[in-house]
Amino acid sequence: MSQPVAKDVVLETSNLVKHFPITRGIVLQTQVGAVRAVDGVDLKLRRGETLGVVGESGCGKSTLAKLLVGLEKPTSGSIDVRGQDMTRLRGAELRRARRNIQMVLQDPYTSLNPRMTVGDIIGEPFDIHTEVVPRGERKQRVRELLDLVGLNPEHINRYPHQFSGGQRQRIGIARALALKPEIIVCDEPVSALDVSIQAQVINLLERLQDELGLSYIFIAHDLSVVRHIADRVAVMYLGKIVEIGVEDEIYERPTHPYTQALLSAVPVPDPTLRGQRDQIVLEGDVPSPANPPSGCRFRTRCWKAQDICAEQEPALTEREQSAHPSACHFAEERNVVHAVE
Amino acid sequence: MTDIKAEIDVLPGLDSSARLLDVENLHVEFRTQAGVARAINGVDIHLDPGETLAILGESGCGKSVTAQAIMGILDSPPGFVTKGAIRYRGVDLLKLPEEQRRKVRANHIAMIFQDALSALNPVFSIGFQLGELFRVHRGTSRQDARRRSIELLDLVKIPAARQRINDYPHQFSGGMRQRVMIAMALALDPKVLIADEPTTALDVTVQAQIMNLLAELRRERNMGLILITHDMGVVADVADRISVMYAGKVVEEAPVLDIYARPAHPYTKALLESIPRLDMKGQQLNVIKGLPPNLLRIPAGCPFHPRCAYARDVCRADPPPQQYDVAPARTARCHFWTEVVGDEPAGS
Repeated sequence: MSQPVAKDVVLETSNLVKHFPITRGIVLQTQVGAVRAVDGVDLKLRRGETLGVVGESGCGKSTLAKLLVGLEKPTSGSIDVRGQDMTRLRGAELRRARRNIQMVLQDPYTSLNPRMTVGDIIGEPFDIHTEVVPRGERKQRVRELLDLVGLNPEHINRYPHQFSGGQRQRIGIARALALKPEIIVCDEPVSALDVSIQAQVINLLERLQDELGLSYIFIAHDLSVVRHIADRVAVMYLGKIVEIGVEDEIYERPTHPYTQALLSAVPVPDPTLRGQRDQIVLEGDVPSPANPPSGCRFRTRCWKAQDICAEQEPALTEREQSAHPSACHFAEERNVVHAVE
Repeated sequence: MTDIKAEIDVLPGLDSSARLLDVENLHVEFRTQAGVARAINGVDIHLDPGETLAILGESGCGKSVTAQAIMGILDSPPGFVTKGAIRYRGVDLLKLPEEQRRKVRANHIAMIFQDALSALNPVFSIGFQLGELFRVHRGTSRQDARRRSIELLDLVKIPAARQRINDYPHQFSGGMRQRVMIAMALALDPKVLIADEPTTALDVTVQAQIMNLLAELRRERNMGLILITHDMGVVADVADRISVMYAGKVVEEAPVLDIYARPAHPYTKALLESIPRLDMKGQQLNVIKGLPPNLLRIPAGCPFHPRCAYARDVCRADPPPQQYDVAPARTARCHFWTEVVGDEPAGS
């Protein structure tokens, strides 16, 4: 089992909350409710580590990504990067702190400005953070970045449409690397790519991590990809983390019913396993995050739910039957990934 | 009622002993300003009742265009079928006049699409859109159509069908919308159902629900199902046979167990080795170098040769002349299939 190499924490969130208000009225707006997109998330990211965040659409994983890079202001809670609370910083201090945490976006077709050359796109961070690289050396630095992500430095003057999807995602990665961050938040970085291209980008991300000692928050809905790349995995449901642990614990010994259902629904590319795996088919859809169920948020779809689940919200903690933190009153291990006898 | 049904069933030359669906040497091209894109260059596929055939491939390989050609919904212009035959129970659909082709759609061959929200009309209720099928194709009354629409929603397990029949598409969740699409496709009891990436836009837990539903309906009705997808996991779970497409050709066709155990085409092999698996950690991901070909300029010889680990001079010069028979009911379009099939899978 692979443990993160170094133990120092580069990023820590505590009780991070983001509520989007639902308002009524045009002139006299009154708040009538809130979408609880992220509702109390605690996580730690260590140096050189990849933390996978998985969950279905609407679980708040992309909002979490935006909070981490400062694109959204949290409703409450803190984000500590190297001991500084990002949520309290302002002005020049905030700008400097932001250098350290960059983002790779999902769709390489819409996240690159079609009117800018690749050189301008990758060099744009230097216009904002002028002190990082002296003006005269910027072009050289952009060439180095292109080379680093496996693109031809000669193509610095080309436009995004002249590149394929996989190459564009490399441009997005180069842009994220421009300011030499320690942390990169990847929001579904390979889900818009074809299968044969995905592996190229995954391997690139892994190589860059080894070479530059980066820490990744890797957000994805594809649990197979996350298993491949992540050291630890957090499973989100309706704005909360329901289970967190090292990759092996989550995939081999999941204890939260939602994790188990999620994993059992992922098809494995091996027809000999057909009908051999424990399949849990969940009923219904994810409830609205504007009005989440009381107590445990998963109880409306859970086969283990009892009265206590509606009354008491289970804490994300180690339990008798779960060696890693699991937010379920009835947490216990179940093998859903491999064939069962 | 029965005579209308009988009239619909009579297609000139319909032969119930002929193969359910037989696509032979299909060619489709798109005439664009940039040139002629040869999207399909000789596709052969066939389908029997109760069978699930998966067409597997990446974007641009021609899998959706194949489906559109079978359905007769190719955008034309720019798309044209230039060669080949699509036989449904012995009737060549390509030779039918449009009026009869229309009757084949929905009555015999139906299709569900990837994005249910854009496939459904946002300004009509679900009940209206479902009922329309019965009214137009079967001439039933509004009341009767409504009753049957409710039955259909029940069939695809939409809870409280009677209440939801007047709802509009945006009031349904993604999974429920896909169920409505399935209901619509099954309304007139087709013999062939084509599902084009039916679960790609859905979450995995919903995907499992929809795939189970499709499998159940296929079994009950003994339909032939063509599943178009890029997801090798889904294919492994549901398909009986697989056709792998690359640059507008079927490069390998095989029963599902064989293809995963021993792929015979380098492309299939490379694909299988490039995907991470849920039940494995630390496997080496094999990268397929390069990009899928531009359909305006398909490379000479075997179209896969610029990306192929087995490529030699003969591959650059000559395309593999035919589908080599790897085993009974198994073909591969590769000069060196014996080598490929003999190689141990890498990375496992």
